[in-house]
Amino acid sequence: MSEAHPELGFLRKYVFSTDHKMIGIQYGLTALVFLFIGFSLMMMMRWQLAYPGEAIPLVGGFLKNSWVDNGAMLPDFYNQLGAMHGTIMVFMGIVPLAVGAFGNYIVPLQIGAPDMAFPRLNMLSYQAFLIGGVIMLASFFMPGGAASSGWTSYPPLADIATTGQTYWLFGMIFLIASSLLGGINFIVTIVHLRAEGLTFFRLPFFVWSQLVTAFLLVLAFPALQAAAIFQLMDRLAGTSFFLPSGLVVGGEQIAAVGGGSPLLWQHLFWFLAHPEVYVLILPGMGIIAEVIANNTRKPLWGYRPMVYSLLFLGFMSFTVWAHHMYLTGMGTTMSTFFQATTMIISIPSVIILSCLVISLWGASIRFTVPMLFAIAFLPMFGIGGLTGLPLGLAAPDIFLHDTYYVIGHFHYVVAPGTIFAMFAGIYHWYPKVTGRSMNLRLGYAHFWLSLIFMNGIFMPMLFEGMAGVSRRMFDPTGYVHAQAAHTLTLVTSWSAWGLAVSQIPFIINFFWSMRKEERAEENPWQATTLEWATATPPPHGNFDAPPVVYSGPYEYSVPGAETDFSPQYVKQEG
Amino acid sequence: MDDPQYGWWLPPNVSVHGADIDAMIIWIHWFMLALFVGWGIFIAYCLVRFRQRPGHEAVYAPIEARFSKWLEIGVAVAETVILIAFAMPVWAKLKTEFPEPKDDPVVIRVVAEQFKWLFHYPGKDGKFGRAGSEFFSDDNPAGLDFDDEDGVDDITVRGLHIPVGRPVIVRLLSKDVIHSFKIPVMRVTQDVIPGMEIPVWFEATTTGRFQVGCAQLCGLGHYEMKAALVIETPEDFEKWLDEEHKALGLD
Repeated sequence: MSEAHPELGFLRKYVFSTDHKMIGIQYGLTALVFLFIGFSLMMMMRWQLAYPGEAIPLVGGFLKNSWVDNGAMLPDFYNQLGAMHGTIMVFMGIVPLAVGAFGNYIVPLQIGAPDMAFPRLNMLSYQAFLIGGVIMLASFFMPGGAASSGWTSYPPLADIATTGQTYWLFGMIFLIASSLLGGINFIVTIVHLRAEGLTFFRLPFFVWSQLVTAFLLVLAFPALQAAAIFQLMDRLAGTSFFLPSGLVVGGEQIAAVGGGSPLLWQHLFWFLAHPEVYVLILPGMGIIAEVIANNTRKPLWGYRPMVYSLLFLGFMSFTVWAHHMYLTGMGTTMSTFFQATTMIISIPSVIILSCLVISLWGASIRFTVPMLFAIAFLPMFGIGGLTGLPLGLAAPDIFLHDTYYVIGHFHYVVAPGTIFAMFAGIYHWYPKVTGRSMNLRLGYAHFWLSLIFMNGIFMPMLFEGMAGVSRRMFDPTGYVHAQAAHTLTLVTSWSAWGLAVSQIPFIINFFWSMRKEERAEENPWQATTLEWATATPPPHGNFDAPPVVYSGPYEYSVPGAETDFSPQYVKQEG
Repeated sequence: MDDPQYGWWLPPNVSVHGADIDAMIIWIHWFMLALFVGWGIFIAYCLVRFRQRPGHEAVYAPIEARFSKWLEIGVAVAETVILIAFAMPVWAKLKTEFPEPKDDPVVIRVVAEQFKWLFHYPGKDGKFGRAGSEFFSDDNPAGLDFDDEDGVDDITVRGLHIPVGRPVIVRLLSKDVIHSFKIPVMRVTQDVIPGMEIPVWFEATTTGRFQVGCAQLCGLGHYEMKAALVIETPEDFEKWLDEEHKALGLD
């Protein structure tokens, strides 16, 4: 199965590769760079919020005149940073890392396949992602700056905004195309290329999570793709999909046909964006499941309920979108429907989290660095999920909507939630990809510092939101209730800068460990899944011979077995 | 309320329906805390008791499903109760039980634009003059049709005055982009969407000076889009209306 290919040139091997592992690494490195950029934007915003009107240290002097006034941030730049922080983190950071990097690299290995079903489509997906990302970043340097209407781009504001919004729309068209192509690839790969003996209920939970994620991408993104094209046409072609009649901007009637509806955008946007948040979390849950099973030395508790919950969650994610729109003038019927579906969708989520937690019972827990991140994920995702409850009910949402409570809620899920899962995955699979182990002490430092500062950032936000402070404010201190909460803003800002510094041990570890002479052993975590059955790093084609699977994915501590792990690709006697 | 205290939790509540919303928020948070502490204790216990050490091995299939099934059922029941007994009735009251003429509501038309609020009162005749987007201009921020007699005595101001003890109906319109009418102390938030006129109602319980803000990103000046909220005794409110009426040069 590892075919004898003629030796590939540099460009074919590293730049225009169709090998899922190389593409996974491309996605991973690109996404990590974009995550760093997105985080840097926020660090500047955090200065303005903590010290309104003061010149930004270090970088203030280097920023353009249209962005800062004597080094102090201007409102337009703040709005650009805000819109692009969200856009970059969601579409250029987390999804490419969780799906493009981890999914691409690990899924074919875990199912015993030589590559993805469509390797050239895979390469095209990465290229579309890269192009979309470059367009997004380039928009900062265009006249009028980057998009500044929130990552949600609500019209009419987004329709009449400066050119940056047009770049945002073109960028999204490429990014969405990338996900659509990738999603199809994952579905076909997982359904058709599983090794002999690898039935669906013997799949690692990580593969299930990628399968459901792929369906979410393929079915939900078309709505936003269409909406993005409608908004482009409103901006460039004189249509009024989202512009009602009679708008007066800056004292003048705008030249538009009218007759459109701003709410149409919201429905189309959120029809994607709600399933999108499950795209953000599911691969992470998959990684956490792998790491927990491996480091508890026993099968996952409730594997089947977890899989059924995953499927139900995926389905329900298409039925809740208007809980983002409770305050648009909704009556009782619509709000009742969406509150009910929102309450229902919390059930499979609670089941999956509970199964992961109960998996700790009766275990033999190894506190490896990936396991530390996985254990921390549990209460952190718990806080994120629980704070969704007052938001998911329309009446409390009257007060909490678009406040810092919302920011705290969703960041708890993606930051100490998904990003911790990404870290767990990197520490866990690093030996597989590079053949080296990461340094332990740097890993512990990275973990503890990140955990402390993540909570330092987002816990105060929950209180700030409860105090009534609205989000997306260049300077909220004009409001009396926000002045009283300003100490919380300071804690958040200093924690954000602390979190940035805490990534230094990780960055050092990541690049320095690769160059170590000492190689890690072949299966350093004594794991049971197929990716550990092949060489490190796996050659082109992955496996010497097509693997055969004989058992479930987490046969640890099987009674009567010689060792505490029974790989699913090894036939057990007796 | 002379000196409202703001801190790190819910601001003072000065509205009739605010008590219901605050009760829901607080009860839900107790429920959240109970779940978090319960799970947290379980996780901490497991991390200690089941840590890897010599002589201690993992158990392949350790426990039966019973307790977690009851947990799931308990969570589902609690959520259902919160939804049906609390959330739905509160929302229904706010959305369908608007004050009627016999409740003597104060009706105010509110026009949102980048980046200010305008409050349009019907004046002594109790009738709003005709208004429409075709009339908006810098001199006519309310979009009034000056040919309409009913509008001659209409009052348009930049601060929101309301009386205690009478319900207020606010009819929200936007000239340009989506804004959101938010008064934290009244527990009122309502998106203002161009092309739609959206009503919201509330009733104040105590006098005081507070703030109206915009809660939906509307452009550069979003953070400055505020207005004063003055809640007065019914007598003071009538006095204020009289003063505004005189300022129009009528009577």
